[in-house]
Amino acid sequence: MLALLVAQNIAFYIIAALMVFGALRVVTCKNLMHAALWLVLVLAGVAAQYILLAAEFVAITQVLVYLGAIIVLFLFGIMLTRTKTGTDDNLNNSAGARRMAALIGVLLAGVMGYSLWDGFGKREFGELTVQRTAEVSDSIFSTYLLPFEVISILLLAALIGAIVLARRD
Amino acid sequence: MIPNLLDKVWIVPALMASSFLIILFFGKRFGTRATAGIGIVAVSLALVFSVCVAGQWINRVNNPPTGEKLAADVVAANGLTPQTGANIIGEVEATTIESGETVDAGTHAMASSESGSMSEMSNAEMGTASSEHAVATEHAATEHAATEGEHGGEHESVPPIVRTTTWFTIAGINFEVGTLLDGLAAMMLITVCIISLLVHIYSTEYLHGDIRFTHYYAFLSLFTASMLFYVLSSNTLQMLVGWELVGVCSFGLIGHWWEEKKNTDAALKAFLTNRVGDIGLILGVTITFFAAGAKSFNVLHINEYALSGTANTALLLVGALCLFGGVTSKSGQFPLHTWLPDAMAGPTPVSALIHAATMVVAGVYLIARLYGVFFAGLGIGSSSLHYVAFIGGFTTIIGGLLAFVQTDLKKVLAYSTISQLGYMVMALGVGAWTAGVFHLFTHAFFKACLFLGAGSVSHACHHTFDMREMGGLRKKMPITHGTFLVATLALAGIFPLAGFWSKDEILSGASAGQENAYTLMLVFGLITAFLTAAYMGRAYWMTFWGEYRGHAHPHESPKVITVPLVILAACAVFLGFTNFPKSFFGIELPGGVTTRFEHYIEPTFAFPPLQHAEFTPWLAVVSTILAAGGLFIAYQYYEKNRGPHGLTQRSKVARAGYTFLENKYYLDVLYTDIIAADTKGPLARAAYWFNTNVLDGVVNGLGTGARKIAGFVYRDIDQLVLDGIVNGSGSVSEKSGQVLRHVQTGKVQQYAAILFAGAVVLAGVFVFVI
Amino acid sequence: MLVNQFLFLGAILFCIGVYGVLARRNAVLVLMSIELILNSVNINLVAFGAMWHVTDPSNLSGQVFALFVIAIAAAEVGVGLAIVLLIHRNRQSIDINDVDLMKG
Repeated sequence: MLALLVAQNIAFYIIAALMVFGALRVVTCKNLMHAALWLVLVLAGVAAQYILLAAEFVAITQVLVYLGAIIVLFLFGIMLTRTKTGTDDNLNNSAGARRMAALIGVLLAGVMGYSLWDGFGKREFGELTVQRTAEVSDSIFSTYLLPFEVISILLLAALIGAIVLARRD
Repeated sequence: MIPNLLDKVWIVPALMASSFLIILFFGKRFGTRATAGIGIVAVSLALVFSVCVAGQWINRVNNPPTGEKLAADVVAANGLTPQTGANIIGEVEATTIESGETVDAGTHAMASSESGSMSEMSNAEMGTASSEHAVATEHAATEHAATEGEHGGEHESVPPIVRTTTWFTIAGINFEVGTLLDGLAAMMLITVCIISLLVHIYSTEYLHGDIRFTHYYAFLSLFTASMLFYVLSSNTLQMLVGWELVGVCSFGLIGHWWEEKKNTDAALKAFLTNRVGDIGLILGVTITFFAAGAKSFNVLHINEYALSGTANTALLLVGALCLFGGVTSKSGQFPLHTWLPDAMAGPTPVSALIHAATMVVAGVYLIARLYGVFFAGLGIGSSSLHYVAFIGGFTTIIGGLLAFVQTDLKKVLAYSTISQLGYMVMALGVGAWTAGVFHLFTHAFFKACLFLGAGSVSHACHHTFDMREMGGLRKKMPITHGTFLVATLALAGIFPLAGFWSKDEILSGASAGQENAYTLMLVFGLITAFLTAAYMGRAYWMTFWGEYRGHAHPHESPKVITVPLVILAACAVFLGFTNFPKSFFGIELPGGVTTRFEHYIEPTFAFPPLQHAEFTPWLAVVSTILAAGGLFIAYQYYEKNRGPHGLTQRSKVARAGYTFLENKYYLDVLYTDIIAADTKGPLARAAYWFNTNVLDGVVNGLGTGARKIAGFVYRDIDQLVLDGIVNGSGSVSEKSGQVLRHVQTGKVQQYAAILFAGAVVLAGVFVFVI
Repeated sequence: MLVNQFLFLGAILFCIGVYGVLARRNAVLVLMSIELILNSVNINLVAFGAMWHVTDPSNLSGQVFALFVIAIAAAEVGVGLAIVLLIHRNRQSIDINDVDLMKG
């Protein structure tokens, strides 16, 4: 049991380190295409973390939707807007704006970190059991049926909206 | 046998709402004829339904429910959670004792004649009834004795039909939505449906070929639906929704021809002025909710609390005044009446529907519906002059005076509407509930007739409403003229048209007012009776008599326009008899015929004990003389001063011959008689001299004086002070906008930075400080 | 494992995403940064869901909401990229500093 936990912890830290590094590259690198690829790494890492949290269905959805669809959408976006494929110095705001952004980010991290530590401290998960897909679907189609329907309407609206916005006439 | 429709009245607004949706989504595809057809069919169905509902309500009043059924109805009406068995009966007893009703649901074997005395006994036993209530019961008892039990309406409590369903629940408070049907609501249903139907029909011709025909009909349906929704609301929150919906529709319809800036300005003015009052309404709704124990928004629950005797009067006073803020804007009371004349920019049928007959009476309806709050809060039953009655009386005079200086026919009618709304508010303010509501009912018909008549005139005269470009239309448009004349006389209050009965009842109410506290209101009312007749006479003569002064070729309007006019004129003639007084100059009709309106419309549940003023013969005579005098003076002044010929020239003409005069001017009998006599003998000549120098002087002097006063009020108070305040608030917000616009850079990321920085600061405050 | 491991990971990703939203001027990159933010929130949701699932096995709210967020994120990207394409078509640039027609 302990061995498993240790393995899980090690896996978590490795994946987390990769994710943070990838995320930093997403927001800093000068090549648009590379940024998208770094994003793939982060999103895949998120899926791995879901597995660690015993949330299979969300992990699979993450892979299907994010890695499968959204990233492709982004690549399409990048290509259709015909930005330069190589490095581009014009991706960032002015240095002042970036410093301001970094300051806000760090302050936000400070406040959140403090309150998280204050709130949860060293709280353990306990014995994680796999949250089965059947249970998730039961939950969606009973308790959360109405939000589910609303979401489907939203998706439909977004679909129509995207078509209306992007078509040429 | 028609099934019980009383608890299914939600169908009426639902019909109109579905008509709105169909027109909105498919109107363009169906074409204009079908669009109008959908609207007309929907309103017709709603009207048929409303008439059936009203019939069932009358039946219910005639055969009031008893026993368990009554108990269930009372529980439903209270808006409190229904319980079972003995609890219901206990609750009924509690509420009936509390509100002074005389129902015994426990034994349900009590004959209605006994219940009066029983009530006194139980009140005496309880010893909790207020002296005010005791007086009322006594009064009712004596009245009961006088009418030999034929008119026992005050004794039998007929609870309204309330059907609600839970909208949502927050913190244990049920927010409900539902319908409340009683006589008042049924009356409003019929009024709204009839006038809406006629306007729908009329508009097919009036807006023929309009670019936004579908848009217009969609809004017309939505407006009718919202008004019906408002009228049927069972709680104040729902009323607020209906109230705002009505406001939005009025905005859309006033600005129907938005290509012209003047029209959009008028729409905005109407909307924004109404917002001012709506703040009051929202506050009032909130205050009454909390005053009544923060349990329910139910109208009857609030009324019941207000009349319970344990109510916090100060809180109710504030609540009533806040509610009255809403009434002030919606029903065009001083000082928020300025939007109503501007709102005439919309199509004329809309003015008839919205700004005469239905929407503007929403405010009056609010007072009538929440009468318990106003009654207890302002002390209508007991004390002296109070704000609501005074504002009503003041508005009625202000509106009447302003009507004199208008040359636009529709604006005359608009100011007349303001004046008449003031009349209704005044009536409610002096405690003459039935009179005020009755006037609302009759006024809706003849004012709609006047507006539609004005529309017919303008339809014939190249869409102008300027009375200086009219005249002599009575031969060219006989039907429009006839109906306009009937409606004018009804508005002026000439016997036996509808306006006479309702106006007279208000005056009687003011004169019989508690401890003569409302003498001032009576004076206001009488002055207005005179003014109304005078300005309506002016409008009538300027439009339909004399020579035609415009450049169009007026012709009678088609049947689609004239038939609604005739129907409305017929209503203006006959509807007054629905509340025929018990004793009219010694004529005493059987009890089953008199005061039917009062019998069926006045609530008997959660309603304050009111005195009912009897018909007062001398007041009727005085008001009729005043009205006739007003018409006569208007006739004298505006007929004589009009045209290129002055007085002297006219007298030459008079000498030249009676025949010529008649052919030229068509003067009325009195005037022609004097002049005719003048050509015949010296005595008559002396009379003519007297007429010319003394009477005319008085008449002209009066006319000029009235014009001067009205001009002053219009120019200096209305335009300068009130509009100044409105414009000032506008420019202040513009200035502050100028300053703040520099913050708005349009750069999304700056906004985002500010957003996140703000989030950091707020989170920091919550985490570290609090 | 500590709950805080995941929560801190989420917080850090969130802040990086915020930095990206504020510091980038290319609209596609801003949208990517928004994806980072949404994912960090999802990690939080799933972590909390797992935490509650241990004590109450019938409670799956965390996962369900994560799924909803994923659906909304998909819609957001779709509409967002459509807007970006439209801007690009009209202005031949997706620099969001150029898009400031709403300035006062």
